[in-house]
Amino acid sequence: MSFTEIISDLIDNTWGSMALFEPELALCVTIVVMLLLRVFDGTRRIDSFWVALAGSFVALLLVIKGIGQIDQQTIADGVESIKAQTIFTEMLVYDSMTVFFRGLLMSFAVLFVIFTKISGIPDREDAADFYCLVLGSIIGMCLMVSANHLLIVFLGIEMASVPSYVLVGMLRDNRKSSEASLKYVIFGAGTAGVMLYGISLLAGVLGSVHIPTMARNLAILLQASGDALPQASVALALGGLMLMVGLAFKLSAVPFHFWCPDVFEGASAEVNAFLSVASKAAAMALLIRVAIGFSYISDLPQATIVEDNKAAATSSLAPEPGSTSPVSMSLMSVTEKSAAKDSSRRSLNIALEDSRSFIVMLVGFLAMLTCTFGNLAAYAQTNVKRLMAYSSIAHAGYMMMAVAAAVHLSGVDTEAARSAVASLILYMSIYFFMNLGTFAIIAFLRNARLGEEIRDYAGLVYTSPGLAICFVVILMSLIGMPPLGGFVGKFRIFAALYDAGSRGSPWLLFMLAVGGINTAISLYYYLRLAKTMTIDEPPEDRLPVAVPITSPGGVFVVLMTLPVVGLGIWWDTIHTWVLAAASGLMG
Amino acid sequence: MDNVTLLSAVVFLPAFGALALVFFPKENPQLMKRAALLVTVLVFALTAWMAIPDGESGSGRFGFSGGVAIAEMQNTFNEEWIPSFDIEYYMGIDGISFPLILLTSFISMLSMWASWPINKHVKAYCILFLLLETGMLGVFMSLDFFLFYVFWEVMLLPMYFLIGVWGGPRREYAAIKFFLFTLVGSVLMLIAILMLYFNTDLKTLSPDQLQAAHVVDASLTGEALTAAVNERVYERPQAEVHTFNLLALRTLGQNGAFDDKLVEDGWWIFGASIGHWAFVLLLIGFIIKVPSVPFHTWLPDAHVEAPTPISMILAGVLLKMGGYGIIRICYPICPQAGYDLAYWVCGLGVVSMVYGAFAAMAQKDFKRLVAYSSVSHMGYVLLGLGVWSTVQGNAEYWAMGMNGAMFQMIGHGISSAGMFFLVGVIYDRVHHRNLDEFGGLFAKMPIYSGLAMGIFFAGLGLPGLCGFIGEVLVTLSVWRFSIVLAVISASVVILTAGYILWTIQRVYLGPEYKGPNADKIRPADAREITIAGTLLAFAILFGVFPQLVFNYMEPTVTQQAKDLSQWRIDEPQRRIKEARRKLKNLSKSVSATNPQTPTNEGLSQDGRPDRKPAPRKLPEQPSPEAIATSTTLKTESDTP
Repeated sequence: MSFTEIISDLIDNTWGSMALFEPELALCVTIVVMLLLRVFDGTRRIDSFWVALAGSFVALLLVIKGIGQIDQQTIADGVESIKAQTIFTEMLVYDSMTVFFRGLLMSFAVLFVIFTKISGIPDREDAADFYCLVLGSIIGMCLMVSANHLLIVFLGIEMASVPSYVLVGMLRDNRKSSEASLKYVIFGAGTAGVMLYGISLLAGVLGSVHIPTMARNLAILLQASGDALPQASVALALGGLMLMVGLAFKLSAVPFHFWCPDVFEGASAEVNAFLSVASKAAAMALLIRVAIGFSYISDLPQATIVEDNKAAATSSLAPEPGSTSPVSMSLMSVTEKSAAKDSSRRSLNIALEDSRSFIVMLVGFLAMLTCTFGNLAAYAQTNVKRLMAYSSIAHAGYMMMAVAAAVHLSGVDTEAARSAVASLILYMSIYFFMNLGTFAIIAFLRNARLGEEIRDYAGLVYTSPGLAICFVVILMSLIGMPPLGGFVGKFRIFAALYDAGSRGSPWLLFMLAVGGINTAISLYYYLRLAKTMTIDEPPEDRLPVAVPITSPGGVFVVLMTLPVVGLGIWWDTIHTWVLAAASGLMG
Repeated sequence: MDNVTLLSAVVFLPAFGALALVFFPKENPQLMKRAALLVTVLVFALTAWMAIPDGESGSGRFGFSGGVAIAEMQNTFNEEWIPSFDIEYYMGIDGISFPLILLTSFISMLSMWASWPINKHVKAYCILFLLLETGMLGVFMSLDFFLFYVFWEVMLLPMYFLIGVWGGPRREYAAIKFFLFTLVGSVLMLIAILMLYFNTDLKTLSPDQLQAAHVVDASLTGEALTAAVNERVYERPQAEVHTFNLLALRTLGQNGAFDDKLVEDGWWIFGASIGHWAFVLLLIGFIIKVPSVPFHTWLPDAHVEAPTPISMILAGVLLKMGGYGIIRICYPICPQAGYDLAYWVCGLGVVSMVYGAFAAMAQKDFKRLVAYSSVSHMGYVLLGLGVWSTVQGNAEYWAMGMNGAMFQMIGHGISSAGMFFLVGVIYDRVHHRNLDEFGGLFAKMPIYSGLAMGIFFAGLGLPGLCGFIGEVLVTLSVWRFSIVLAVISASVVILTAGYILWTIQRVYLGPEYKGPNADKIRPADAREITIAGTLLAFAILFGVFPQLVFNYMEPTVTQQAKDLSQWRIDEPQRRIKEARRKLKNLSKSVSATNPQTPTNEGLSQDGRPDRKPAPRKLPEQPSPEAIATSTTLKTESDTP
């Protein structure tokens, strides 16, 4: 292939991919417009809020358009019928999960922009910077949820993280904020370095950084070594561990969570909402993509049919996609090819068993540690934002349990694995409303001159009954009390854990027990906050804090609380959506 | 009225009432109390109307045929709720649940009226109270395990606040203790629910069984039935159709669906069957609520600290949910475990009875004494439910025990609610509950003291009052099961008489009241007399005419006892058949397996991994004869 051909192929590919990249492009345009508006005198007076709102709204519409293109009766059918395809020369994957998470992120962007407008942080002066950073970070998150290549994984994480560092330090006159920002940067830089090193180790052993290719090469390697571990297993395990370090940082999983409470305490509640919802959602989507990517091969590219896997493995690793192996292409008829592909895929999937059990052990162990530690550490907190930081750590633990279950099931039963992935997405979708609501309440109370210590919240129900009741409902949902949304998420994750555990992994049954115990542990500190607001008497010296339910802030909080209740009772629709979204991964 | 509307109305009327109360003006607490009372009265009226016997069935009322109550589940409806996870909005009533529903609506009504002295945050109180009632009614009516669980949990939060805001000095401690204990039980229950759910397969049931479980409409016949069953179950794309349907779970459980080991090749308890695990987890969840020793410690705290009306609800209704769960879920769904662990359950019951009685005797606090008497009395319920004393098709004794336990629940619901109310009445006046500082109340409050003695005698189990029937039936039934337990349980009556008589003596008799606030004592007012009088009237009515309750309850309870002892007889045969079938399949699959393709292990031909992972192997593969002899041997050794 000549140079010009390669170039023109690349251009075609890029143009073709652009159509599926519209929402991100819309955000890019929004950022540029926001920056340009500040250049000219005449346009400087335009509030960046409106631009950000319009931009994120257009992006959301474009996501919805992507679903609606296919003429389907329900949204679930629409999502499910999205054909998985790779874009930008296999760097990104566009499937129903990408679409779902993009939808989630764009909805978050819209709601978040409205929320920040109501809460008043950022002020008019900072608005353009703030929204640029937020939207830029969301583009990075979109890359994370659709990553198909470890370089994109790295790029996405960095693109999402760097603006967050700045956002955390946004409160310039607050020393805690600057300190938090610095801690976050140092942690982020350190873990990013470790992750990059891990990626390079994996790339060295597996000869690629394209995840499906890596998975296939890994399978061939494991197949070739038979019962014994491959020689490179130490490098592989080390690479996997290091890759996990980077992901664990984004997830704020123990033991890479140290930044989280400090950052949450130092940053404004708005930024907390951003970090605990959007950032966590993207990190979860990325974790499940990478974890499933290395444990289940859903489809082999045409080029990679290897007649004799062992021979291929001993001689050399299979080539990258793009450079075709002409022999196998020409000699086989189509049906033979697909049959051979199927059987080779099946045997490769069996060979990946070691990889799966490694991931289950690693993610599962971290999940239990994260969940238990998060819940126990939350006991000692006196600051609401720190408390919520530990709560978000604990919730990351529950969600990682679902990842372990999904990985184990991907080797047993794809349908059950899809259901496990769906449980994770469902939990994330409900967590979205719970945490956005929580931090909105914290922000509006801060605006009403209330401190952020738990004791400051005493007797809130007397002066702001609506807000206090909404907060209690959300806290109960975070515990997982039916009939609230949090229960549904937890129920589905526990179901996935039991399903996986009863199919040959008692380890996951143990994890289920840990999850159950953690639910009981978490009761106390959520309930303590609820009790402080409703049962305790307000302190004498406090001015009455009144955020009426009819104020814009109150309305926003109610709008976040209603889905928490509604999704707990009528969760069939969203359940079909998330099942459809999960089909992208386990189709 | 069709069943959906009627039952939903009963369950959700209080919830809608609570919603309406949100919009009431804050300034008029009396109006809100009246409105809340009106709602509870309406609910009671609806359930009472359902209790009126009439000839025709399907009218919404509790059905009788030929003067005898219908034993099967009736007034059922089954609507889709979360079809993508096989969850249904499925409710119904039968002889086990209906008396408890009546009890709930009755006690709720009285305790709402008993809430008149409450003046703190009346609006929130009424709203939480009504939400609590919805939760309680929902538990007794749900026939879908998920729905049951949701209602079970819905009660917790209102109860937490009702104790935590309106309770006594140590209310916060008591409230969180109650919440924690119950939540731990609920989590165990949730795990058991998942265990059962994932091991069900509706496709193994026959169309008749599906219809009996209301998976398809009961009125369908012939072609329509076949079509409905096919669409709903047999032709679903999934390899296994899971379910939360309690009646289907019952049928499946009795067909051995939960006999598989929890962990293949597991050692020690991990090798126990799913049925055993589920039974134990559910039992712990339920006996926390009952409560039974050693999970009873939340009860004295919660009962003592709760405001009077909430203590009435706690003792009168909430404790009954544990017993209801055991009889409705534990035994029918996991009969094998129930049979194997019968001694444990009965033993726990007896220990609770004895411990509760001794603890009650040692109390100085009037309310704590009543609370421990609840522990003791609820021990009878556990004992009566656990007595699996029949193997030879003679279900009479077990049926007697279960009937006794059910009656004990109703009787205790009346008497303990009454006792807590009476304690509350005197506490409102003198603001202490120290037994040593009472005495001579009879002289100052004659009517109140008379009513109190009647109700305390009902708690004691005096013949002619409601406490007697349940206790005597349970004790009699235990005789065939274990003479030792029977003797102990009978002698607990002496202890009960001891602490109740001693209490009456210390509180009501004696020359004169010398405790604090003597000047505040005034005779009981009309409201108090009416509430206590109603409870006493029912205590007497049920004592002299227990048929009033048994007419509704007995056919269903007896039917369940019969079914389960019949299951016990059929079980060895079924196991032999099952083992034969498995062996046959095994040999077939061994001959059919192609040794050329060993790599396909775990994955089926179409490239998708198998639905069933490594098909469940027989643990060891003994010959059918060996199994037959071992099971028959076991049966013989089980015969008392």
